[in-house]
Amino acid sequence: MKQLPQFRQFVTVAFLSVFLVACAGNDTKEQEAAAAQAAAEAAAQAEADAAAAKAAQERAEAEAAAEMRRLQDDARMAGSVVYFEFDSSALTDTGRAVLDKHVALLKSTGASVRLEGHTDERGTREYNMALGERRANAVRDYMMVKGIPGYRLESISYGEEKPVSYGSSEVSWSQNRRVEIK
Amino acid sequence: MKAFLLSAGILVVTLLSSVARAELVIEITQGIDNPTVIAVSPFAWEGSGVAPEDVAYVIQGDLYRSGQFAPVPRENMLGTPSRDEDIFFRDWRMVNAQYLLIGRLTGEQTLTADFALYDVTKQTLVIQGSEQAVKEEVRTLSHRIADRVYTALTGIPGAFATKLLYVAVTPIPGEKDYYELTLADADGARPQVLLASREPILAPTWSPDATEIAYVSFETSRPAIFRQNLETGAREQLTAFRGLNGSPSWSPDGKRMAMVLSKDGNPDIYVLDLQTYALERITRNYAIDTEPTWMTDGKSLLFTSDRPGRPQIYRYDFVTGLTDRVTYEGSYNARARVAQDGRNVVLVHQQDGDYKIAVLDIETRRLTALTSTDLDESPSIAPNGSMVLYATKQAGRGILAAVSVDGGARFNLPARDGEVREPSWSPYLPKTP
Repeated sequence: MKQLPQFRQFVTVAFLSVFLVACAGNDTKEQEAAAAQAAAEAAAQAEADAAAAKAAQERAEAEAAAEMRRLQDDARMAGSVVYFEFDSSALTDTGRAVLDKHVALLKSTGASVRLEGHTDERGTREYNMALGERRANAVRDYMMVKGIPGYRLESISYGEEKPVSYGSSEVSWSQNRRVEIK
Repeated sequence: MKAFLLSAGILVVTLLSSVARAELVIEITQGIDNPTVIAVSPFAWEGSGVAPEDVAYVIQGDLYRSGQFAPVPRENMLGTPSRDEDIFFRDWRMVNAQYLLIGRLTGEQTLTADFALYDVTKQTLVIQGSEQAVKEEVRTLSHRIADRVYTALTGIPGAFATKLLYVAVTPIPGEKDYYELTLADADGARPQVLLASREPILAPTWSPDATEIAYVSFETSRPAIFRQNLETGAREQLTAFRGLNGSPSWSPDGKRMAMVLSKDGNPDIYVLDLQTYALERITRNYAIDTEPTWMTDGKSLLFTSDRPGRPQIYRYDFVTGLTDRVTYEGSYNARARVAQDGRNVVLVHQQDGDYKIAVLDIETRRLTALTSTDLDESPSIAPNGSMVLYATKQAGRGILAAVSVDGGARFNLPARDGEVREPSWSPYLPKTP
């Protein structure tokens, strides 16, 4: 609206007020009652709408929280370690199933993770360092294909330096050939 | 790049400070047939107070460890001469000694040892001489005499007055392992911790002049290559690339360092100029290329690659820019180290499922297994080419072990406590006071 000088604004308002009072006449009381009722109804409606919206929002939040809990539980149940065959960086079906749970969780949290690759003790330490990285990258590539952006995934290899089982048999070795999601 | 300062949880220890817990113990397991019998008569101490070291005992231990000598036990000696005029050759023939070493130690802050080596059968002098060292380096003085005796009797330069680098690991239940980068005499004595960390330390290696070392440390939670001056303790972080930062190897002229990096997506060999920090990429291959090591003339690099499916040794020639495969025998050959003669290459070789140490003659391409145990790795060759030090397992525990290049002599070097791994034998040391 175009801005009027202050004096002319005042004159305009005064004129309109006189005009409206003159028009009101005898119907004033009925109209006031009707207006009051309408206002009350509108207020009640607004209150009900707000309550409903709030309830809906709370419900949505609760559902989202429940969904997050479910995703977290799924990921926790699946574990945060995937295992590999000897001298291999190929993901197993079990490994993929574990990673799918983590991919679902990462999609909803937006978090970043470290993928720590490990090998068993056989073979040279530096070659195993490279093999551990190849495993971590296999996990990274799978997660990227499933929609997690690469900048949220960091591959680190510890080679054979951090075994979880210290024995020198396949029982220990199979537990050490792994990628840990951290 | 500036010298890297200490960060939390890391302890850089300068020389002559804490004594390592992981002291090595020598267990000789095999000597050659018909070793030379030598008697090392206890050296006379002509200084004041108590002798600072049993010099003769250190010398005799060095010679015994080579596998080529059988020292006469002291309790069998019929006399302990320290001067020419006190020698009765008949006494030494009676205990079957072929050679006799005598000597005297004198001095206060600086010690002097005069020694003489005799041929018992011919009753003649073989060599005589003297060695000097400050009191704290009396073991170095002893090792130098052992070197001169060894050289006189075998024709091969001695390598007893050298050092070993290794990584000692103490597992702490419920906590992270404790890593100590350790420096010791070639006989395992006088261990000193150069770096202590709760994160892995690996791949220690020497500069060709033996004044500096390089290694990989995970102290930043990622692998990074560091160099460290042994005299000043000054330390510099050389790399912090995304991915692998490993296998540092100094060029023979000391000006460049080969390494493995995976910053460009895949493990490849790179060479870092240590003056300009310019980085040159050497290999471009989708396979794993790692564990570079220089040939002694600096004109080519050996490295491990799994291009054929399993790891094998390849050679990159700086002059032609060509790469060719070196090993064909066996399904796994990795981590080569070249002897000073530029001909013998020691490596990890898989045979019948076991990982053994083998020596490859790079000219004839003949490969000979040196060990018969399993899980042997990290071979490192003495600067005189005579012995190979490596890491193995004994009753589930990581130990160091040594074998002569001809396979004739062997000894084990377990730690008193904890595990030891990744030995790196120094080049010849610069002569210190």
